Amino acid sequence: MTAVTNDMPIAPAAVTDARKAGNWLLIACIVLLCVWVLLPIYLLLVNALSSPAQVTGFPKRITPSFDFGSLSFFLNFQGVGKALWNSVVVALLTMVLSIGIGAPAGYALSRFDFPGKQAFRFLVLMTRAFPLPLLALPLAVLFIRTGLDDTAFGLAIVHTTLSLPFAVLITFSLFSGIPVELEEAAWTLGCNRWQAFRKVVLPLALPGIAASAVFAFTISWNEVFAAAVLTIENRTLTAFLLQSINVSPLYLKFAGGAALVVPALIFIFAVRKYLFAMWGIANR
Amino acid sequence: MRSTKALPYLLLAPATIFLVVFFLYPFVLVAIDAFTKGGAVTLDNFRTMTSNWKFSETLRNTMLLAAVVVPIQLAMALSMATIVSKLSMGRSAILYIFAIPLGLSDLAAGLIWLTIFEQSGFLNSWLVSLGLIDKPIMFLGYQNKWVIFTAVVLGEVWRATAIMMVILVAGMGLIPKEYYEAAEVFGAPPWKRFTKITLPLLRPSLQTALILRVILAFEVFAVVAALSGTQFPVLMGETYHWQFTLQDRGVAAAFAMLILAISIAFTLLLLYLLRVPREARL
Repeated sequence: MTAVTNDMPIAPAAVTDARKAGNWLLIACIVLLCVWVLLPIYLLLVNALSSPAQVTGFPKRITPSFDFGSLSFFLNFQGVGKALWNSVVVALLTMVLSIGIGAPAGYALSRFDFPGKQAFRFLVLMTRAFPLPLLALPLAVLFIRTGLDDTAFGLAIVHTTLSLPFAVLITFSLFSGIPVELEEAAWTLGCNRWQAFRKVVLPLALPGIAASAVFAFTISWNEVFAAAVLTIENRTLTAFLLQSINVSPLYLKFAGGAALVVPALIFIFAVRKYLFAMWGIANR
Repeated sequence: MRSTKALPYLLLAPATIFLVVFFLYPFVLVAIDAFTKGGAVTLDNFRTMTSNWKFSETLRNTMLLAAVVVPIQLAMALSMATIVSKLSMGRSAILYIFAIPLGLSDLAAGLIWLTIFEQSGFLNSWLVSLGLIDKPIMFLGYQNKWVIFTAVVLGEVWRATAIMMVILVAGMGLIPKEYYEAAEVFGAPPWKRFTKITLPLLRPSLQTALILRVILAFEVFAVVAALSGTQFPVLMGETYHWQFTLQDRGVAAAFAMLILAISIAFTLLLLYLLRVPREARL
């Protein structure tokens, strides 16, 4: 490739100069973009790690004072502990539901050809063209009738409609990446379909399934609108922060924001290898 | 295999039933809610919605926000994806950093930008220490609608560019390297390679990314709520307001129908504008 470019009718020195300038430009762009992404998060964390007086004070310092006043105020605030707990419960339920329902569908799509396959794929893809949080409105009524209103399970159902399409598509691409010959070999060695799946396919697919589970957890953890509409007593952290947004002091907001951000950062770091697989397949 | 015929349907059944009951059916319910009042078919809910004094501002804000945010994000996502695909060293680290906002809540994104724009926030601190202003300005007040708008745009661009970028990076990975090598042999400069090879072949990914992003743009809610409270009404915020504060489900459903209609219209438009002929697919 480099040999080809050197054949071009430009003096080699000019080419390397241009290359060098291009490289510096590229590095400058990367640094700038990293600052653009990271600086705002850093500023939130600075606020969360400063005392309430410093958060409302002026001017702001760019380094945190590592005073845990804001955080302890937030954690001891009426309802926060419960909201955190509710967020975790809803997210765990969403995770279990979307993998439990989504993974079998993903496996079926990757291993079988059958009439109706296209219709199912269309149904899954259709969810993407709809503003899903709006589902919370009709479901609020439906849940009151069935006694699911204001429960973690009810909210987890709405969050599962958000994460299920991803779970199906991710597991579909995972299972497609595992050669069917491995399964066939297990069958000839005397395994039945379920044993072959459990002993051969599952161990290979497990890391990916875990990643999509974490992804489902994150989707639920972050969701605001449906959580705010569907919960009253059992508010999740996002619903709690949203509903008290006009009345809570700044340091409570920022500590709450940090409580939302830090776990999400860890989750996204845990599944970083699979980010591509998750969104790349959105192309197909 | 004996049960092979039935097996795929058994495996698909839970997901299908779930989506029909909790996705298709609720949308029918919300449509019924929107078009009826007290059991009678009527357009009253829509009349209440449109005759509200805030309505035209709400619609205008939402559309304007989408019109400003989406092109900026498209340009940024394309640049970021190009940069990432050029890298050989540190590619996964850079990609992780670029993708971070993808995993954050929109409410968290709103709060993050609030740290910068609030009255005792970082922007005021910097401006004062640079001597540009004497005392902190109240940026997010009703007198400064344009600052609120800018803050929301920044928050949205910051938060949701990553989704587009990751889709585009994956799409760029699918373009065969041979095309670029051939173009280089014929002396095509980088910009020409980008417009003549990358962009056309990236069309399916662009389509996916834009559809996802545009729909999310009409759903903008928590960033606005965190930054402006109710001073900058948007469609989703009004839906929440009618459902929760005013307890009028019919009008909330009418808003939902409107958001749905706009989303579907733009999805169809993008499907049409960026359609790829079957023969031209990779």
